[in-house]
Amino acid sequence: MSKRHISAVVNGDPAEFLTEPGRTLLDALRDDLGLTGSKEGCGSGDCGACSVILDGRLVCSCLVLAAEAEGRRIETIEGMADGGVLHPLQSKFLEHAALQCGFCTPGLLVAAKALLDTNPDPTESETRYWLAGNLCRCTGYDKVIRAVMDAAADLRQARV
Amino acid sequence: MTDVLERLGSQAALKVVGTRPIRPDGADKVTGRATYGADFALPGMLVGKIKRSPHAHARIVSIDTRKARALPGVKAVITSADFPDLASEEYEAGESASNLRDLSLNCMARDKALYDGHAVAAVAATSASIADEALDLIQVTYEVLPHVIDVEAAMGPNAPLLDEALFTEGLEARPERPSNIAKRNQLARGDPDAGFAAADVILEGRYTTAAVHQGYIEPHACVAAFAPDGQCQVWSSSQGQFMVRSCCAKVLGLESSDIRVTPAEIGGGFGGKTTVYLEPLALALSRQSGAPVKMVMTREEVFRATGPTSGAVIEVKLGARADGTLVAADVVLKYQAGAFAGSPVGAGSMTALACYDIPNFRITGYDVLTNSPKVAAYRAPGAPIAAFGVESAVDELAIKLGLDPIALREKNAVRDGMKAAYGPTFRDIGYVETLDAIRDHPHYRAPLGPNQGRGVAVGFWFNVGGESTAAVHVNEDGSAVVVTGNPDIGGSRASMAMMAAEVLGLPIEKVRPIVADTAAIGFSMLTGGSRTTFATGMAVTQAAQKIVADLKRRAASLWDVSEDVVDWLDGVAVCLDPSKTAKPLTLAALAAQSARTGGPISAEVSITAQGAGPGFGAHICDVEVDPETGHVTVLRYTAAQDVGKAIHPAYVEGQIQGGAAQGIGWALNEEYLFDGAGKMENAGFLDYRVPVASDLPMIEPIMIEVANPRHPFGAKGVGEVPIVPPLAAVANAVRRAIDVRMTDLPLSPPKIRAAIDAR
Repeated sequence: MSKRHISAVVNGDPAEFLTEPGRTLLDALRDDLGLTGSKEGCGSGDCGACSVILDGRLVCSCLVLAAEAEGRRIETIEGMADGGVLHPLQSKFLEHAALQCGFCTPGLLVAAKALLDTNPDPTESETRYWLAGNLCRCTGYDKVIRAVMDAAADLRQARV
Repeated sequence: MTDVLERLGSQAALKVVGTRPIRPDGADKVTGRATYGADFALPGMLVGKIKRSPHAHARIVSIDTRKARALPGVKAVITSADFPDLASEEYEAGESASNLRDLSLNCMARDKALYDGHAVAAVAATSASIADEALDLIQVTYEVLPHVIDVEAAMGPNAPLLDEALFTEGLEARPERPSNIAKRNQLARGDPDAGFAAADVILEGRYTTAAVHQGYIEPHACVAAFAPDGQCQVWSSSQGQFMVRSCCAKVLGLESSDIRVTPAEIGGGFGGKTTVYLEPLALALSRQSGAPVKMVMTREEVFRATGPTSGAVIEVKLGARADGTLVAADVVLKYQAGAFAGSPVGAGSMTALACYDIPNFRITGYDVLTNSPKVAAYRAPGAPIAAFGVESAVDELAIKLGLDPIALREKNAVRDGMKAAYGPTFRDIGYVETLDAIRDHPHYRAPLGPNQGRGVAVGFWFNVGGESTAAVHVNEDGSAVVVTGNPDIGGSRASMAMMAAEVLGLPIEKVRPIVADTAAIGFSMLTGGSRTTFATGMAVTQAAQKIVADLKRRAASLWDVSEDVVDWLDGVAVCLDPSKTAKPLTLAALAAQSARTGGPISAEVSITAQGAGPGFGAHICDVEVDPETGHVTVLRYTAAQDVGKAIHPAYVEGQIQGGAAQGIGWALNEEYLFDGAGKMENAGFLDYRVPVASDLPMIEPIMIEVANPRHPFGAKGVGEVPIVPPLAAVANAVRRAIDVRMTDLPLSPPKIRAAIDAR
């Protein structure tokens, strides 16, 4: 099977990889680019552990073909911190103990960032529905929701 | 009062324990850097995949692997022929014993495939697509047999037999014929018949639950490398690297000393990763191919071939006086074991009445083989199922007698000094305190609207101790490393570091905890049974205390004084002899001079921790039932629990919240569905629906701290208790919302709609 050459922008930097047509973007990120922060929990778009932002839109990277990344901008968990400085969402997840095993955490953080990018002041209900595509089996979501809303408040404060 | 606290004066003197620092592994876990099972890679690694039975019950007539072996890129093909046949032998596996022969047969089917998804062969190839192609080329000839999955059907005299040589254990006499009932266990006290005869009111109920999966988000994954000299390495996500080592050694007939297992970060376990599925296969594939082999399950494989816990039938008969005093109980538990003996019905029996002081009772449990995946431990194994029946029945009794459900429980509550239904005498328990906490909480008095109901339920779990090793090393700069052998599933690194920091008098940032491989730390039982903070925490504390004793000795030698006049206060050695002008020595100063005082400063402690304090919880759940659709919304949830002492309160709260959420999923949504041929119909997260963020309200935890005097800081296990009450708490709330007792979990909308229609 011949491979296709793909050029994309991943976390702001140019990235290239070769891929078979049937592979997912998640496989390319993990296996070709070494970005194993995105996780595969189901491979069917049901758990959200592989969430990335593709051209500004939140997607499950297990449902995107690697070849579809050609010319697109991809944001993964590895690009969320600003160098050595954690994003407010990352800091708030730690402060609120919003993770236990941590496996769903990268996906939740990426999804939460996509929420706050478009809605800086979400209600609890909006936050819960936005994150309904990200399964967490450890926390019962309580501390996750609090962390996201607290980060949103901090980010709003920073904008003032 | 415990030894550490005695030294410190009181709980109030604690500087680190009881605070909420950022977890030491936190930055790795919010940046995607933490390495879980599937994130590890080795050069030249092959991809391993498993061929699974498409039949729920079938004789394996033949397996032809020739075409698969001939496919370019295929480096190894294994079947049952690659595994030694093991004798039936029990081994300790955390909270329960398992059988080695069953473990081996579950990893790779021999003569029969016993459930849809049972492994029958495996391959290793240079790519995933070649491995998939190779699986298709393996020709397995099956003789399909009748199957049985329903627990009561499996107990019937004419049920298809999974194991024709299985004769029920635990009966007065050996039965004449084999059956699917592996074991019957009984617990009894007093004279139940006389108790019922003296009762003013007798209630009987029959309750059923479906098989549910632990649902950890990380599928099982490992990399195994078998070197030509027989030395093996395994990197895998599990609840215990030492468990993986011993299971691999047994299943493959290897020496434990030839296997080194490095624990990956674990993406959830809940009991489901207390056994092995992939690791022995990956090692066998690596042995045959000569290359490292990586295996990662798909979500479908996780559902079809790992976990779950039992579906069950629970029959409860209660006898009480008119004032609510319980006088007799008869509980019958029938639990699916899956394809091999070993359901958690024993623990279900022991926990069923553990919250109650009842003079006369009989509990009978049946462990029943069924053509479904072999059950694995799931958070307080067996207890939520039994509690669903008993707590529903107690609620029904409260309604019948017109009593408050909390008051009824308090009236019959076990207290210190009482003999538990399962044998021992309770000491230092905080059960009544949890009942008081929910009774006094504003939630319990908040008004309810139409179609809304409020349920209460309680739960119990033993918690365990066991073997643990911990080491503490002081670095040259006076900081410390804490080494343990217990995978950190929910923040245990933080609590280990905190306990060591407290004893050493260091700030938490100066203590780095690591989870070591099997060659780098002494044996530790797996992370399970809510044991790590209790047992391994005890070993950590003792190792830190040894360090402090050593530091005092070193300071004494530097000052040329007796050790008796040296104290260790807030991380500094001080001389208590006023005649000496000894300047206090910090840990950093002592570390810098360690070469002069006896060499590197380190201590390792291995213990068998005893005295794990049992845990109790009491939950309140409010629901609203949509009479049009039958959909249940959980409006509010409050969970009180005796935690002994919360080492890191935020992570204790997290355990309570997460356990409650899993229990709510068990109550409302989750179940294994099988088609007529015994194939699982919902092997994915779309159709096996675990709770999502929009399904749940905030879950309010209430931590009650009745200290466990056997733990240096008073801790009790906390992880398992919170999943015990929710099944009944939800069902009891629904009962009061729709005025119908729902007895069959999950409480899915069609069932509720039908119950409302039949009212």
